[in-house]
Amino acid sequence: MRAVRAIARRELAAYFGSPTAYVLLTVYLVLSGYFFYSDVAFFVTFGAQILPTGLWRYVFLDFRLVTLLVLPLVTMRLFAEERKLGTIELLWTLPVKDVQLVLGKFLAAWCFLAVLVALAIVPFAVFYAFYAFDVGPPLAGVVGLLLLGTAFIACGIAASTLTENQVVAAMLTYGVLVFFWFMTWNEAVGSEKLIRVLLLFSLFDHFYNFAIGTIQVVDVAYFAVFVAFFLYASLRSLQSRAWRGVD
Amino acid sequence: MPALITDGDRLAASAAESAHAPDTVPVAIRAEHLCKRFGTTVAVDDVSFEVARGEVVGFLGPNGAGKSTTLRMLTGVFPPSTGRASIAGYDVVRQPLEARRRLGYLPERTALYGDMPVASYLGFVAELKLVPVGDVARAVAAAMDAAGISHVAHRLVGNLSKGYRQRVGIAQALLGDPAVLILDEPTSGLDPEQVSDIRALIRGLGAERTVILSTHILTEVETVCSRVMVMNRGRILAVDEPAHLERRLRPYREIAVRVIGPEEAVLATLRHVPRVAQVVTRGRSPEGIDFVVCCPHESDVRREVAAAVVGRGFGLVEIRPVVMTLEEIFLSLVSEGSPVEPAEDDLPVAAGAGVAGR
Repeated sequence: MRAVRAIARRELAAYFGSPTAYVLLTVYLVLSGYFFYSDVAFFVTFGAQILPTGLWRYVFLDFRLVTLLVLPLVTMRLFAEERKLGTIELLWTLPVKDVQLVLGKFLAAWCFLAVLVALAIVPFAVFYAFYAFDVGPPLAGVVGLLLLGTAFIACGIAASTLTENQVVAAMLTYGVLVFFWFMTWNEAVGSEKLIRVLLLFSLFDHFYNFAIGTIQVVDVAYFAVFVAFFLYASLRSLQSRAWRGVD
Repeated sequence: MPALITDGDRLAASAAESAHAPDTVPVAIRAEHLCKRFGTTVAVDDVSFEVARGEVVGFLGPNGAGKSTTLRMLTGVFPPSTGRASIAGYDVVRQPLEARRRLGYLPERTALYGDMPVASYLGFVAELKLVPVGDVARAVAAAMDAAGISHVAHRLVGNLSKGYRQRVGIAQALLGDPAVLILDEPTSGLDPEQVSDIRALIRGLGAERTVILSTHILTEVETVCSRVMVMNRGRILAVDEPAHLERRLRPYREIAVRVIGPEEAVLATLRHVPRVAQVVTRGRSPEGIDFVVCCPHESDVRREVAAAVVGRGFGLVEIRPVVMTLEEIFLSLVSEGSPVEPAEDDLPVAAGAGVAGR
C-alpha cells in the first residue's frame, strides 16, 4: 500500500508541478461551465420539462464529452513517460510488484478525476443557491461521471503501457473509447439483434441511465468489468517484457 | 527416502537451513545456466557464474554481447527463459521482492525524473525500497553524502550536469543499504574528470559491498575490479583475475630484449640460455634489434639473458617483461570466440595463442 501511495504521490506532484494539470483543469472548467450555462438557458427558454430529463440529462451528456476530451491527456503519460525516461526499468528492479505500479498510477489519475468532478459540481452548487432542487438525480449523474471517468482511466493506462510515445497513447485511448461509443450507431447495417448486443457493450449507453438520474446494478457492473479488464490488460502488457524485452 | 526421515533429521535439516539462510550465504550473486531468448534470438546462452560477498567484478564485453540482458535477469527486470539466479541467496524469480530489497541497480540509461528535486527523487526511491518510514530522510541524506551530492539536494535532477546525474543514480542505488550493487556502464558518456571521480566513488563502495560493474572500457576494470568476466555473443568466455587470464591465453612468459649486435649471433646466444623455449626477432630500430624471448611462466630468465648478451660482448639496450594488457586479453578472448577452459596445470600450451603483442 505504501508503494502504491508513493507512486501516486509522485505522479500527482508531476501533474501539479507542471502547467499540464492547470491547463487541463482550466479547459475542463471553462467548457463544462459553458455547457452548463447553455443547458440551463435551453431549459429555461424551452422549459415545460422536469429537471432530471430536461436539464440534468443534457448537462451530464455534455460533461461526458469534456471528460472524454481531458482524461486521455491525463493518462497518456503514466507509463509512456516512464518508458521514455527509462525509469520503468528502475521501477522493475525495486521491490515493487507490477500490480502496485498499475494501482499507483491508477490512484493518481483517479485523484485527478476527483478534482475534475469536484469542479464539475461547482455550477450545480451555484444553481442550488438560486433554486433548491432535488439533489438525488444529479447525484446519480455524478456517480455515473466518476464511473465513466474511471473507465476512461483504465483504458488510458492500458494504452500508455504499450508505447513510449504519449501522443500515440492518447490517440489509442481516444480510438478505443470513441469506438465503444459509436459502435451502436450503425443501425442501418446491423440487425436489431446485433444492435441489442452491441448496446450491452456500449460505454455511453450504460452512462445514459446515470445521466437521467438512475443507478442500475447492471450499469455499475458493466463499468466494474470494463475497468477490471483494462487494468488486467495493463498488467499483462507490463509483464510482456518477459518475452518482448525492454528496448 | 522420505519414509526414513525422522523428526531428528528434520530438526537437523532445518538447523542446517537456517545456518545457510539467505543473507548469510557467502555467495552474493549466483547465476546458473541462465538463458534468455527473445523470439528466435538467443540474447544470453547458458551463463553461469558466482560472485562472492565483498567482491568487485568487472563485466566486460562489446556492445550487444548480452551484458545488459544478463544484468536485467539478475535484477528481476525480466525472468530468464531457463536457468536460475539468486541475490544474497534469494531466487530472483521465486522470491523477487526479497532479492530486490538486497539490490542496488544503476541502469544503463540513467533512470531519473528530470522534473524532481534530487532529495525528492531519492525519497521516492527510498519509499519504494521499503526504507522504514522514520528512516527515509536519514537514508536519503546518507546516500547523498556517499555520492557527494548533498550540496545539490534541492536542485532539479534535470538541471544537473551529466556527471552529477550519474551520481544521483548511484545514490539511488545505495538507498536501502543493499548488499549487492549492479552498475551498468556507470561512466559512459562522462568527461575524463567525471569518469575518474565516479571510479573513485565505486572503488570506495566496493570496500563494503558486492559489486558487478558492467562496462566496455577496459581501464575501468583494471582500476576497480579484482576479477573479470568476459562476455561475447551471449556467452561467458572467461571468469578470472586479469593476471590468470593472461597465463591461460599465453603459453609462455615473454621478455622483450633490445640488443645491438649481429642478428644471427644474438639469436643463437639467446637460444642457448637455459629454460628459454623460443626466441623470435620482432623488429629493427636505430637503437638495435628487438627480440622476444619466451620462457615458462614459473621461471624468470631475465638475469641469465642479460648475462649471456653482455658476456658475448653485444650491447644490451633494453630488457623488460611483456605484460599483456587487458585490452589484448579481451581482444584475444573475443576473437577466439570459444570459452577458455580453466587451466589445469601451470603450463597450458594453447595452440594459436601465440606470441602476444601484435
